[in-house]
Amino acid sequence: MISNALPLSLVNNPLLSQWLAFERPGVVRITTGKVEIGQGILTALTQIAAEELDVEVEQIHLVSGETDSCPAEGFSSGSYSVSVGGGSLRIVCAEARALFLAALADRLGCTTADLAVERGRFLHAGQDCGHDYWSMAANVPLERRALGTTPAKRPADYRIVGRSLPRVDLPAKLRGGGFIHDMAPADCLHARVLRQPWRDAELVELDEAAVHKAAGAPIDILRIGNFAAFTSASEIAVMRAAETARLKARWAAGQQVSDNIGEAAWLKAQPSRDRTVETRGSGQVTAGTPVKADFWRPFLTYGSIGPSCGLAEFADGKLKVWTHCQGPAVLHEWIASALGMTLSDVIVFHRQGAGAYGHNTADDAAFDAAFIATRLPGRTVRVMWSREDEFEAAPVSPAMAIELSAVIGPDGRPSDWTTEIWSPPHAQRPGMNGNSNLLASYALPGAVPRKPIDDVAEDRGGGATRNALPIYDLPRHRLIHHMLPDVPLRTSSLRGLGAWANVYAIECFVDELAEAAGEDSLSYRLSMLSDPRAKRVLETVADMSGWFDKRNSDDGSACGIGFARYKNIAAYCAVIVEATVEETVRLKRIWCAADAGLVINPDGVRNQIEGAIIQGASFVLRESVRFENGRVATNSWQDYPILRFSDVPVIDIQLVDTPNEPTLGVGECGVGPAGAAIGNAVARALGVRIRKLPLTRENITSQLEQA
Amino acid sequence: MMVERIEFVVNGVQARVEVDSTTPLLAVLREALNLRGSKFGCGTEQCGACMVLVDGKPVYSCTREVGSVAGRTVMTIEALSHDDERHPLQQAFIDEQAGQCGYCLSGILISSVALLERNKAPTREEVIAALEPHLCRCGIHNRAIRAVQKAGTVLASAPSK
Ligand code: FES
Ligand code: FES
Repeated sequence: MISNALPLSLVNNPLLSQWLAFERPGVVRITTGKVEIGQGILTALTQIAAEELDVEVEQIHLVSGETDSCPAEGFSSGSYSVSVGGGSLRIVCAEARALFLAALADRLGCTTADLAVERGRFLHAGQDCGHDYWSMAANVPLERRALGTTPAKRPADYRIVGRSLPRVDLPAKLRGGGFIHDMAPADCLHARVLRQPWRDAELVELDEAAVHKAAGAPIDILRIGNFAAFTSASEIAVMRAAETARLKARWAAGQQVSDNIGEAAWLKAQPSRDRTVETRGSGQVTAGTPVKADFWRPFLTYGSIGPSCGLAEFADGKLKVWTHCQGPAVLHEWIASALGMTLSDVIVFHRQGAGAYGHNTADDAAFDAAFIATRLPGRTVRVMWSREDEFEAAPVSPAMAIELSAVIGPDGRPSDWTTEIWSPPHAQRPGMNGNSNLLASYALPGAVPRKPIDDVAEDRGGGATRNALPIYDLPRHRLIHHMLPDVPLRTSSLRGLGAWANVYAIECFVDELAEAAGEDSLSYRLSMLSDPRAKRVLETVADMSGWFDKRNSDDGSACGIGFARYKNIAAYCAVIVEATVEETVRLKRIWCAADAGLVINPDGVRNQIEGAIIQGASFVLRESVRFENGRVATNSWQDYPILRFSDVPVIDIQLVDTPNEPTLGVGECGVGPAGAAIGNAVARALGVRIRKLPLTRENITSQLEQA
Repeated sequence: MMVERIEFVVNGVQARVEVDSTTPLLAVLREALNLRGSKFGCGTEQCGACMVLVDGKPVYSCTREVGSVAGRTVMTIEALSHDDERHPLQQAFIDEQAGQCGYCLSGILISSVALLERNKAPTREEVIAALEPHLCRCGIHNRAIRAVQKAGTVLASAPSK
């Protein structure tokens, strides 16, 4: 294998010693730049390392996201962590094991075929030969480049990978521990930050006397430019201070937004950078019947249950930062640059927070703490965000308008298909487009002006265009992308980026085409799929749900299907939803089949997929961010209802077994298919297609009236 | 605001704090008593992350004023396990792998304790009703429901302590 075939993480961190060490006897220290954001990655990486090294899971000491010792692996996002981060670790561990065995074979004068490893101890002809990784570590230097030439184990030989190992982080969390939020050093200084209500807003008045009074205990106010922070030894005092400041601060200038921001007509009226990509086929459009449908999704927020938290300490010119962000190495670089510090004077430590689901405010909270700490050397500063700020100042997932048009040939199948999308970019994480994107940095004097922004590149899966190319066999497909670069909101990544809305639109449209052709929608899909894995997933979910028996049952409920392969390269996922529509949409039952290739931890994968299904259902049924008075007006769960216990039906998930295929990312694969299946079930129950999301009572009623 | 001396029992231990009596119980638990298992999620009774038991009933500690628990008994997640021994609910949540990020779990376990105290064989609907105050963004709902039912079975068959 040549080095450019190595996974990206390994290209960027080529030395074996960047990934593993045999320090304490019996324990292997594995370092990773991928971080736990609720997805179970630490458990999966532990399994991969233990498998390839032939040690037990408990012998792995995994250190994650600490920039002084871990490989820099960008963001834990895009369902890449297991395939790229895990793929790198697999190569490294297989190679390290081979190096040790080669050294031992030399010493014993035997061949490596005579050697085996058990719990890290070496066996010669089945007998413990008195050596192990730790006793030989001094003789096997790991400061060498990974070559990627040692074959990893065959799946048939796996003992640990492919088993549902329990999550390593769960026991502590079930005792109430394990979160960054619970770190509270003795000298901790609590802080809260006043957020600008819209981009570049100028703080014209802050009634500091009222803020001090509300705090009820001594606090300090740190004001610089449009940045204001409240600090105190008492957390409740700064909470009260910040709440009063939020309500009383007066702001001017800046870029207020209109109430109708994000609506379809608004999106289409914005300046845009346009491109047309002939994704499949070219030449003359075939004759046939033209059909067209317009879809729309609103702005959403990621809505983690725990507001973000960050800690920092600045002493002797060195800054330490603790964060639950998705990309510690990236944050490291951008905190240093925003504070004008050298990289080697900053260390970022990842600690676990609440689920991320995309670009959240974790980086912002870390930078808040870091900046305040540099002003108050010697103290550990702990910043936590309020729920209100989480809604009002977090990155938002973009509204999108999606128009689908097709030409239907005599066989009832599309001979030509155009996907046209209007959307702001779906990624403004730290460092993207050369911007820090760290919220507080823009409130400080001398803020670096924002550079023009672009969407995620197509070779990274695209942003708004993610999954815009239908998975079906289309002779011709054209993508028209209107990227809106001037929307004054921090539009960024939420689970699946543009994929879930594109899948919603495509899968609803395909159902309409099937109906027009007078065919069963699942059979219609199968007839346009030549990828056997795609077919198998659809057939599996049809069997699980009894799709073909159920179709004619008439108890007021209806079934719908949604299918996609995430990014057209990650996991395949098909979902069938049974729902009723009375006052509101009620989900009765959900079935899902997925193909994720080699699965490291089947139960972990099912857990992720179920979570994605529930989140996808929540997106299409409930969620939408509101704007008013120039700013985000949504600021509580009441304003932003998500699916609750009483909304969640029983969900059956089956993984199609394909252990000899490469591991495919699963974290996001269920979101789009779940939403689409709901859309199709609702259309079938109502007899009317709802193309404007979410599927709330108000939206359904108004679209029924127009129908 | 006036600082008062307030006494109550937390997890079986007498606690004595000197705070303004309108301070939320959650802030007192986390700050003054260093019991950080109960989580802040919203501060407005909308997510359930902060749930604790006061005299056996689930209450939102983020809004409950500490003055109102004077002389009462408070239970938090920290009371569930002792050393290595897990409460049947904790074990059932591990058995079902009912957790992703886990931020909602402290509150969910607390409401589940209260439910199982009065009903060791809850139906799916009964568990849902008990957990309805709780938000989980990761989507562990079904696993949590199964775990609570499983723990109920274990508790029902265990000799009562
Ligand atoms: S923090 Fe108390 S209900 Fe959300
Ligand atoms: S497990 Fe993450 S919020 Fe429930």
